[in-house]
Amino acid sequence: MDAIILQILNGLDKGSAYALIALGLTLIFGTLGVVNFAHGALFMIGAFCAVTLNKILNLSFETVDPSRTDFLGNPMVVKTPYVEGWFGPEVGASIIDWSVPLSILFCIPIMLAVGFIMERGLIKHFYRRPHADQILVTFGLAIVLQELIKHYFGANQIATPAPDVFRGSFDFGAMLGMDPNVIIYPYWRLVYFAFAALVIGGVFAFLQFTTFGMVVRAGMADRETVGLLGINIDKRFTIMFALAAVVAGMAGVMYAPINSPNYHMGMDFLVLSFVVVVVGGMGSLPGAVLAGFLLGILESFASMNEIKSLIPGIDQIIIYLAAIFILLARPRGLMGRKGVMED
Amino acid sequence: MLGLKKKDLTLLGVVAALVIFAPFILNPFPADSAMAQFNAGYPDLMQRFVIFGIFAIGFNILFGLTGYLSFGHAAFLGVGSYSAVWMFKLLSMNVIPAIILAVIISGLFAMLIGFISLRRSGIYFSILTLAFAQMSFNLAYSVLTPITNGETGLQLTLEDPRVLGETATSSGGIPVTNFFGLEMRATETLNLGGWSFQFNAGYYLCALIMMIAFYISIRIFRSPFGLMLRAVKSNQTRLNYTGLNTRPYTLAAFVISGMYAGLAGGLMASMDPLAGAERMQWTASGEVVLMTILGGAGTLIGPVLGAGFIKYFENIFSKINENVLHQWFHALPDGIETPLVWVAEHFVGSGWHLTLGLLFMLVVTFLPGGLVEGGQRIGRLVRRRGESKKATQSTPAE
Repeated sequence: MDAIILQILNGLDKGSAYALIALGLTLIFGTLGVVNFAHGALFMIGAFCAVTLNKILNLSFETVDPSRTDFLGNPMVVKTPYVEGWFGPEVGASIIDWSVPLSILFCIPIMLAVGFIMERGLIKHFYRRPHADQILVTFGLAIVLQELIKHYFGANQIATPAPDVFRGSFDFGAMLGMDPNVIIYPYWRLVYFAFAALVIGGVFAFLQFTTFGMVVRAGMADRETVGLLGINIDKRFTIMFALAAVVAGMAGVMYAPINSPNYHMGMDFLVLSFVVVVVGGMGSLPGAVLAGFLLGILESFASMNEIKSLIPGIDQIIIYLAAIFILLARPRGLMGRKGVMED
Repeated sequence: MLGLKKKDLTLLGVVAALVIFAPFILNPFPADSAMAQFNAGYPDLMQRFVIFGIFAIGFNILFGLTGYLSFGHAAFLGVGSYSAVWMFKLLSMNVIPAIILAVIISGLFAMLIGFISLRRSGIYFSILTLAFAQMSFNLAYSVLTPITNGETGLQLTLEDPRVLGETATSSGGIPVTNFFGLEMRATETLNLGGWSFQFNAGYYLCALIMMIAFYISIRIFRSPFGLMLRAVKSNQTRLNYTGLNTRPYTLAAFVISGMYAGLAGGLMASMDPLAGAERMQWTASGEVVLMTILGGAGTLIGPVLGAGFIKYFENIFSKINENVLHQWFHALPDGIETPLVWVAEHFVGSGWHLTLGLLFMLVVTFLPGGLVEGGQRIGRLVRRRGESKKATQSTPAE
């Protein structure tokens, strides 16, 4: 029992990331009808927003402290981050400590801008082109974004720590009244899951309960008629693209402490997220979320030692196997509707 | 002749001539001149030209004719490489059995993957092939390490049995790959004035195989089978409604193109007997897609052009570094030179992939037909200008 709970918990954080990226992919696909291979790159840019803000906050000025000496006997040069100079040492230190959550605010305008430029500058010209062309051009864009990041941040992973409060682990089993030290779970992963649930809930609420969302849903169902009613649906779809970019970016920011960002993390997640979208059913938002969590949990079960010793290497391929099985058994995916992408 | 129409025969002849005289054509600059770095006439690079040419020709049979965009073709290349190296390890250093095994194994592998993936079309197909390729890549890195030797890559060792050959040469080294005794690395150098031309046995073997592959691809393009594949591309639903089962045709195309990829992988291992999992990564699959698109998908000569173009510029661009750039621009005033070098250095050296990505976007956006279409457009423009000139001549202005 405890092993099962532990694996479900372990699957949640990866599943959350899959679900968030797949949600964005599906939003773009459902509204604009575009297959966006650059979505993983947006996730990566989000993670690097966290890295950048962390670096900016750690920008320091140097002062000479005559009361202390370094190992050569000279007066010691003390580096103080600017924020500590401006806000005082305590507030400054806690700002730096909280750099990852703060990066969410930092990444929203950036991702909005990136999404907007991408849609207006490139994707717009590909609405009427075949899906193969859309895949290829966004694939090219993904390479470009990835190489730019590599050029400026290097090829190595950059550790981006979570705030001190969330750095440890807690005993989840004891909270449920089980034996202590059986289910140990890091705080940040729980935060990530809660955050993902919040974002997913927010997106669904936005689409369900606002007039804007209603128009967008109507546009997803029948773009032409909504256009004929005198609504500028293209403008709203552009906003939805930017929104999807923000969702991917925020997923990336929060994922930075779990897995130190590197330039190819986007590609790694993209392939899996596409599998998630296809399993969930192309164009189905609840399907994407459901499949994201299911596959995340499935992956964590497959990486249990008991199962790995039974079928070696299963943890590497379980998601792909599941996808192949589902596509052959239910070609439209778990919750796919008839008539979407049936070429 | 050879069952080809005159136009195709000319094309085959032109390609054959280009390939045979490649050591001359690709070496236009004297060996010790400043431009020598733009020479491409050395064996290693020429081998890569023709091997990737074969890969792209094969990919074009699937993508160019049927329109099915496979994002996992590098998996077949990798499987081909692994099987060839195993043949070198177990049987002998002769390349022929290795290449044959590479083609057979990758063909079987393609049949398995194609049988499942081709149940779906469009983007589903792309993602299924991508999933299979990533799966093979992951497996090659982890569980299949006894077969693939994991991250190190599969290499020849002195302990290999080599039943028909020798385990080690008399001098105690690992024997080299050969074609019935002709060593693949054997190179003749011809010095002519300031030029030095290299003729490599391995290159000419690859070139010969590429010509055969190219000939087969022309025959496929012109056959009723090729016509059927084109029909699949233009409207598969209509074909189905006429009561025709298209899947055997698409599966055949998939297996053929998988065998081409395996052939390329086998040749790659024959020229340099090692195989690594990174050959199966999906960026490698993306590269062959780009070669085909850049040259012109669905045309005969396009993929070969695209492969040559990309491999040539990959080689040149990777060589250029900041110092070279400074040399080039040093005639300009400093205020212009520094920013120019700053911009340019993003695209050269290790930044070659950035150039590749940009090229990808530009070609797909502005020139979906690739270089071949670009050439045709220019040709049409020139012809029209010539005609309009004639027209103005015949009707005086006043």
